Amino acid sequence: MEVQLRSPKEIMKLSRLGCFHQSKLSFLRSFLEEFKDWKYSRDLFELNKEGYGRAVYSFSKKNRTYSLVCFANELKDDERSDRVIATKWDAAFALYDGIPNKQDIERLNENVPMQEVGRLSYKELTLSRANRSVRLFNEVVESLSNGRQPDKNILSKVGYLYRTTAVYGSGKFGLADRFRVKNRSEIKGPFRLEMMLVYLVRQFTFDQINHIAKNKNPKRFVELDSEIAKGLGIGNSTGLGMAPFIVNHPTLLNNWVLARETILKQIREIEKVDKDQFNTFLICLKKSIKNVKNWNTDSDFQKKKIKELFGDLEKTIKYLDTIKFNQKFLFNEIYKWAENQVCDECLEYLVSIFMEPFDEIVNNFKDKMSSDEDKYFTIPTERNISELRDILEKNYSDILKLDFSKKENNHNFWFISKNKEEPRLGSRFEVNGSELEQPLAIARDIKKLYDRVIVTKNSLSIAEFLIENNDLRHVVRRAFIIEKFPYSEILDNTIGQKLMPIDMLRFKLSFFGAIKFDPRSDKWLRICMFQGAPLPHQLNNFDDKWVYETLN
Amino acid sequence: MRSLSEIDTISKRASKAKGFSWGVSEEIGKCVKHLELFGLPGLKNLNQYLKIYDQNKFQQIKLISKSNLSENKFHCPISSGIGFLDQIKSLEKLKSLEFNKIAYPILFLSFASRASEVLGKKILLKLDEKEFILNFNQSIFGNYSKNEIWENANSVLINFLDNNNSFSDDEWKEMTKFANETFVEESDELKEKSAGAGLTDND
Repeated sequence: MEVQLRSPKEIMKLSRLGCFHQSKLSFLRSFLEEFKDWKYSRDLFELNKEGYGRAVYSFSKKNRTYSLVCFANELKDDERSDRVIATKWDAAFALYDGIPNKQDIERLNENVPMQEVGRLSYKELTLSRANRSVRLFNEVVESLSNGRQPDKNILSKVGYLYRTTAVYGSGKFGLADRFRVKNRSEIKGPFRLEMMLVYLVRQFTFDQINHIAKNKNPKRFVELDSEIAKGLGIGNSTGLGMAPFIVNHPTLLNNWVLARETILKQIREIEKVDKDQFNTFLICLKKSIKNVKNWNTDSDFQKKKIKELFGDLEKTIKYLDTIKFNQKFLFNEIYKWAENQVCDECLEYLVSIFMEPFDEIVNNFKDKMSSDEDKYFTIPTERNISELRDILEKNYSDILKLDFSKKENNHNFWFISKNKEEPRLGSRFEVNGSELEQPLAIARDIKKLYDRVIVTKNSLSIAEFLIENNDLRHVVRRAFIIEKFPYSEILDNTIGQKLMPIDMLRFKLSFFGAIKFDPRSDKWLRICMFQGAPLPHQLNNFDDKWVYETLN
Repeated sequence: MRSLSEIDTISKRASKAKGFSWGVSEEIGKCVKHLELFGLPGLKNLNQYLKIYDQNKFQQIKLISKSNLSENKFHCPISSGIGFLDQIKSLEKLKSLEFNKIAYPILFLSFASRASEVLGKKILLKLDEKEFILNFNQSIFGNYSKNEIWENANSVLINFLDNNNSFSDDEWKEMTKFANETFVEESDELKEKSAGAGLTDND
């Protein structure tokens, strides 16, 4: 039986992308798989009694080493901010390509704590900073220094000791360009180096808190229990900075979604599912419900989604308890049932958990999720208008129905703020600056392109068309990309009044492997990464379904 | 040192700010990035060009032909470059073409380099007395390596080079003879035991 790939017109809607969850494909999980046999070490740990100073952690194998250089600095409470406009942080980090010498560390000390206003070099791969979750951090220090382990209930509610507020890579602020490292087999998957940085930062947070607690009360101090540490991840606070990324990397977007969709298709096409496979799926699903129960948020938007998800998961488990596991095309049956019976949030949750028993399918796709956008940049100008019109009608049919003369469809505009060079979203009818709009209103510009194409001679070449229509060149390029990469485009209006920008952030973060999405507004959210992940010394032997293990 | 990614982004944004469309600015970003990757002064020349850029000051070319001559104004290297890149498949038939007066010709060169890749042919580009061989946008070979602003080229000649060998048949034969010395002489015994087929393989 052949199952069709789900249509991009169904999947690439923002509301659907905003329902995606972590899975076996997620970058933080594939990072751990890739680096599990690398040698981990803490090479430097020079912190004062208060926990300020520097540290270096590394992963090495054969003649390759990646080193995380950490700088922890004193920060007054009123200086601490998760916003991207902050200028000071509790700690700052850079991932160095190799083993840094003293001069490197001094150079990094001058620049890394300054983040965006510092300068990095091609020897550095990623850059980040993080702030303490103050309440939890102090409470854990207090507990450990008094000889007791912290309360698991409190820990599980927050889930982390530190929260990163940005992770930069790929040439930003002088960091190494992707081309310098892209052929290294260990980092073929996307965002591997960013994941490595976050993972090592997590270990730094445990070492730092133990160090502070020990110095506070050396006689009574106990070390943070490693099982409790394992249940803690790293938080991340993310704003609109992430949103343009998925618009500006169309073939990468395609490869992520195509991998997920093809895996789903292949799982649905399995005629005979064995009992162990079904049980693995069921166990992961049941265990994962704890994560949903511990998913705390103040956001009414998210609360509603979680409530619906929880209800539908209970319904799904009841259904699965009655299902005959030996029926043909079992996962296709489950999918078809879910498609009609549960909300999108739950449907996409199930799609993620479907992957758990199928290493042999999923592993084929982990290295196919990167892309070199430059390869598809040049417009095939020898093609003609008739072909372009067909592409537009075939791939953007829903977009072409939108009326952008209506205020609600043309409400927002994307711009870059001058002070931090960060993306922002504003109402063109309320704030100034829409004349400096970024090219992220793809739906509107595609519609404009179509309106011109339908009054142009079919046989005209694209080269001739562009002579008078270069103002739409950016979307002509995209149209020829979507022809080859059907999941390369968000098939929705990114400037409409009803836009929920966090759908774009959540989509990207789900591929990272983030959990516990906690929207703080419609434009930024907090998440947790690596919660439940093995600690570095456990990497040579761990359960790859760690994500479903929770603190309580 | 600025990364290539930063160079691409800053070139794109600066070009947009000076009035080029987003799509054209994206092209400029890529081209300046390539120039810098090949060791040519792309950003320096773009910066200078944008400082003086005014659409009406430069000849904006639309359809490129065999001979593209401007009487007064210098050709805009961006519109000439983009036109050349976009129309390259039809221009190939001309075998060669010429421009006079191109401003900031290094910028034009970057588009021609990309055109070489699209065409799958090397291009010989002569900018006044300087010559460049553009190799499928993989490399640029030329007798120019100055890190300077190059304001104008009065004469621009473009030749599409056929995909011919740079060596003679005799040289190939001589090399083949050397290469054959790595092979083992074939005997019937070898054919039988090592080739995986019999002495005859007819049905």
